[in-house]
Amino acid sequence: MSLIATEALTKTYGGRVTALSDLTVDVEPGVIGLVGANGAGKSTFIKILLGLLAPTSGTARVFDIDPANEPDKVRNRVGYMPEHDCLPPDVSAAEFVTHLGRISGLPRSAARERASEALRHVGLYEERYRQIGGYSTGMKQRVKLAQALVHDPDLLLLDEPTNGLDPAGRDAMLALIHRIGTEFGISVVVCSHLLGEVERICDSLIAIEGGRLLRADRISAMTEVSDVLAVEVAEGVDELAGALGRLDMKVTRDGRLLLVELTADDAYDRILRAVADLDLPLHRLDLRRHRVAELFTPREMADV
Amino acid sequence: MSEASVIHDIGYQRYDGPRLGRGAVLRAIYGHGLRAAFGLGRSAKSKIFPWLVFGITILVGVILAAVRAYAGVVPLNYVQYADAMSWLVILFVAVVAPELVSRDMRSGVLPLYFSRPLRAADYLGAKWVALVTAVWLLLGVPQFIMFLGAAFTTKTGMSGVWNELGDLAPAWAYTLIWAVVFASISLLVASMTGKRAFAAGGIVAVFLVTTPIFGVLMSLPSRTAQELSGLASPMMLISGVGTWLFKAGNTGLPVGRFGPVYAIEVVTLVAACLLLLLARYRKVASL
Repeated sequence: MSLIATEALTKTYGGRVTALSDLTVDVEPGVIGLVGANGAGKSTFIKILLGLLAPTSGTARVFDIDPANEPDKVRNRVGYMPEHDCLPPDVSAAEFVTHLGRISGLPRSAARERASEALRHVGLYEERYRQIGGYSTGMKQRVKLAQALVHDPDLLLLDEPTNGLDPAGRDAMLALIHRIGTEFGISVVVCSHLLGEVERICDSLIAIEGGRLLRADRISAMTEVSDVLAVEVAEGVDELAGALGRLDMKVTRDGRLLLVELTADDAYDRILRAVADLDLPLHRLDLRRHRVAELFTPREMADV
Repeated sequence: MSEASVIHDIGYQRYDGPRLGRGAVLRAIYGHGLRAAFGLGRSAKSKIFPWLVFGITILVGVILAAVRAYAGVVPLNYVQYADAMSWLVILFVAVVAPELVSRDMRSGVLPLYFSRPLRAADYLGAKWVALVTAVWLLLGVPQFIMFLGAAFTTKTGMSGVWNELGDLAPAWAYTLIWAVVFASISLLVASMTGKRAFAAGGIVAVFLVTTPIFGVLMSLPSRTAQELSGLASPMMLISGVGTWLFKAGNTGLPVGRFGPVYAIEVVTLVAACLLLLLARYRKVASL
């Protein structure tokens, strides 16, 4: 069963600003990255999935339920972590998360228990009785994540969870999200404008730009397409390119680098032999996987 | 298996216990709101003001009960007591209403509420009932103290106690009207801004600005104008309804035959406030 399926989903604000246009995706459970620049329509997409906004046209289904018609059914099974600051400063994290657990329908004692558990899972066990106002940005992000987890959802919608974190904090947050997706058995949609960080933890990726779908696929499918060897020599770049071309290898020039498509197993040896035959000083020979980032490089650039 | 050999699983546990319905969620917000109104579960600083006001109203109630017990005179009856405390009630709602709604707006908590199975009407309803309860307790508890004082010192035995109870019950109903009107107006004003100080100022201003209008109308020579003057100010409006409904209360505002007009205005005022609140939150809830 698909986790999220949309069909020609379109959202325009006031008939003029188009936030999403003709978006059709079908993703399976797992950790899903939702990537796009600021203003690409990521938050709008999430709000439609929560039933907070009604689509202008098209349909969205979460767990095969239409959030526009039955928002409560969807929201019961979804945890949402908003992008912006959403924590009152003058209560303790334990009390706040307990309260939100009760709003999600947990009985009082279960809410208290699960709030402690959720805070422990995000790494805030010791500090949970302190007032949130005194927390660092990293701790606040963890409280936001804990409140999304407290009612044991089947899907987490995280809007820019690494916002405002330092590099170490980012890594910790991403590791935590990865753990939730793999060990806890909860599907996660992670919104981010930083492709590099979500690509590490996601099973599949939805890339949108200006409200349009760029690509939606499994990460493995995106990166498996032919690997490339980068060859750097100090001189004689043209000669080497010619020599490799005669060996039926696809060579493209990228400044002082030669990018050679790795089609056969002995490509390393043949390149090394060609370099040795020409007696060129070899600086570098390394393997480059196709990065998901190439999705975002404009086509003209790739052609050069 | 021996006790020592148990390995505790500290991994993530799914929750398969009961999930409660709408009523329980409403009660949770109501309880949270009522506690917040008196600063319970909050810092010591936020307890100061509500308890100061509550302390004063109780103190006045105790003094009135004592005066009646020892001197045998009744300076203020139950209904008059509620009117006399009006400014304290205004101060109380000016602080508590923003605490209930502006605070959630300011800190951005609302998206967390409304991304859960909760409607704007549920949220508002629970907050409104919480504030009504808080205001009612503010006046109702001292009234009960006055009743206890009178009941224990009555010289006519059980029938005296029954008489007192007959006076207390309508006064409690009158206090409820106070609570409903004040809660509705102050929540509406507070929902306009996330800044608590502005909200508090706005609430006091609404009650303050309307009082001179009442004063001007009252000073007109026309008897009809005088009898209708109470409609201009929320406080006098309530007094007017009190005069009409509870003759024995003796609120001191002449309403003549316009009593029902006062009642109708109370109902429409409360309904209008609640509808405006709902309209406001429809917008907020969709973020």
